[in-house]
Amino acid sequence: MCSQLRYLLLSALLVLTLGCGTGGIGSSSSGSQTLTVFAAASLTGAFTQIGKEFEAAHQGVKVVNSFAGSQDLVEQMHQGAPADVFASADEKNMQKAIDYGLVEKDSPRTFVRNHLVVVTPRDDQKVRSLEDLSAPGAKVVLASQEVPVGNYTMQFLDLASRDPQLGNDFKQKVLANVVSYEDNVKAVLQKVTLGEADAGVVYSSDAATAPRDKVSTIEIPDAYNVTASYPIAIIKNSKQGDLARQYVEFVLSARGQTILKQYGFIPVGKAK
Amino acid sequence: MMQTQVEEISTSEVAYTPSAGRRTRYLRHLGLIIASAPMVLFLAIPMIALVAQAPLEEIIARLTDRQVSMAIALSVYTTITTTCVTVALGTPLAYLMARYRFRGKKMLDTLIDLPLVLPPSAAGIALLLTFGRHGILGERLADLGLQIPFTPLAVVLAQTFVSAPFYIRATMNGIASVDSSLEEAGMVDGAGTLRLFWNITFPLARVAMISGAIMTWARALGEFGATIIFAGNFPGRTQTIPIAIYLGFNINLESAVVLSSILLCASFGVIMIVKWALKQSVTRADIY
Repeated sequence: MCSQLRYLLLSALLVLTLGCGTGGIGSSSSGSQTLTVFAAASLTGAFTQIGKEFEAAHQGVKVVNSFAGSQDLVEQMHQGAPADVFASADEKNMQKAIDYGLVEKDSPRTFVRNHLVVVTPRDDQKVRSLEDLSAPGAKVVLASQEVPVGNYTMQFLDLASRDPQLGNDFKQKVLANVVSYEDNVKAVLQKVTLGEADAGVVYSSDAATAPRDKVSTIEIPDAYNVTASYPIAIIKNSKQGDLARQYVEFVLSARGQTILKQYGFIPVGKAK
Repeated sequence: MMQTQVEEISTSEVAYTPSAGRRTRYLRHLGLIIASAPMVLFLAIPMIALVAQAPLEEIIARLTDRQVSMAIALSVYTTITTTCVTVALGTPLAYLMARYRFRGKKMLDTLIDLPLVLPPSAAGIALLLTFGRHGILGERLADLGLQIPFTPLAVVLAQTFVSAPFYIRATMNGIASVDSSLEEAGMVDGAGTLRLFWNITFPLARVAMISGAIMTWARALGEFGATIIFAGNFPGRTQTIPIAIYLGFNINLESAVVLSSILLCASFGVIMIVKWALKQSVTRADIY
């Protein structure tokens, strides 16, 4: 019964993928190529622009970006979503892609770094310093630990709690102020932008995209900050390996790095 | 509505002798059965695929997990609250819509349907802009010291907003199908509005009303988009089962599958029981 069902499901999927496959061939024969890039949500702004410039430099090429949480993207690819390039917000999810056999082991390259900052609403400043995060009554919104940025936030709080000035119960006090663990970093920023929360912890790249008149930024000292490395890789069964390789080279080129820097990322090769 | 259905089945049962009759009836409806099969399979297979992936031991083991049990408890109590609030505030509106004609009724009718077509995430944003700290009403509420976002109340508001139309629509139709002359007769006898409703309208419209309340409850149980935007995610406070499923999907598929199966089985069980109880009460009413 169960195996029959599975057979039925598989054949249905097969029909679907075959259908999609022929569609793909049909479109490429008309002279244009489509490059599908699966990129972490935090790369939305930067990769949209990189995609546009890559299209301008390669005639007949169309770049289609799919932005979501890195872990969602890995699962989607594992379930058969077609992609040519994968840019992850952390090494953990790239490792998962390797484990799933989606990416060659030596393919991923770190293309950019990111670090954390505290954001607060500009007009309602209950939180003016890192210490204020632990002040009773402050409403703090963090990213959920299930997503990379939430994981980094916990690491930052652990490191900060070692500073005698903040006190070793700093993490505990901050967590007591948390009103919500958002499912992605953009949602954290949005709640702060709307003024629903007094503070949130996001990537510097997210803070860079926030409206200046609504959000202010508090830097986190290097001593407690966590640097996130973003790896990029070509998907093993990509039908457009060459184009995908060129795309990755473009991301790593001086122009690609400049765009990423404009969006608040830390270019690779430079010490933080 | 349901009463006539019951009758139809029973008359056809009488018309044929059970053994040979049933066979010819199946043959006669073979074409219809085949034509219905794709939709049935399309609805059933994904459900089976989900449950087949979740072994029973794992479901039981997961139930005792603190975060899972908190999500279940929160979902139970927010959805029950939502259903009660909807029944309390939706019934007068449904009665008004079913019994009276007035200017702007068409617009009000459309307004009631609006949450059904609005994407839940848009509903969440709308609620945030209304009840948020800087929202139209939220600002005033904040002055009174009442802050709604990130609280269980926000979960209830989000659920009510997206799920109330199911109850209101069903109750409107239920009340409209009750002959208003029955109410008028009661009114002549001097019964008050509430008594009229309770003794005449409700008993006749109750199948539709209870079915509507169940649809509202079920929709509230599955509510995700508006909740995560308006209420956020905090275990035990605003993390309902659907949100726990979504976040579980981010760590590993297994835990999300187990939670989804729990949700699926629980809703299936509750809806079946209520349908069965309703049928019982309808047939009993027929007998007496």
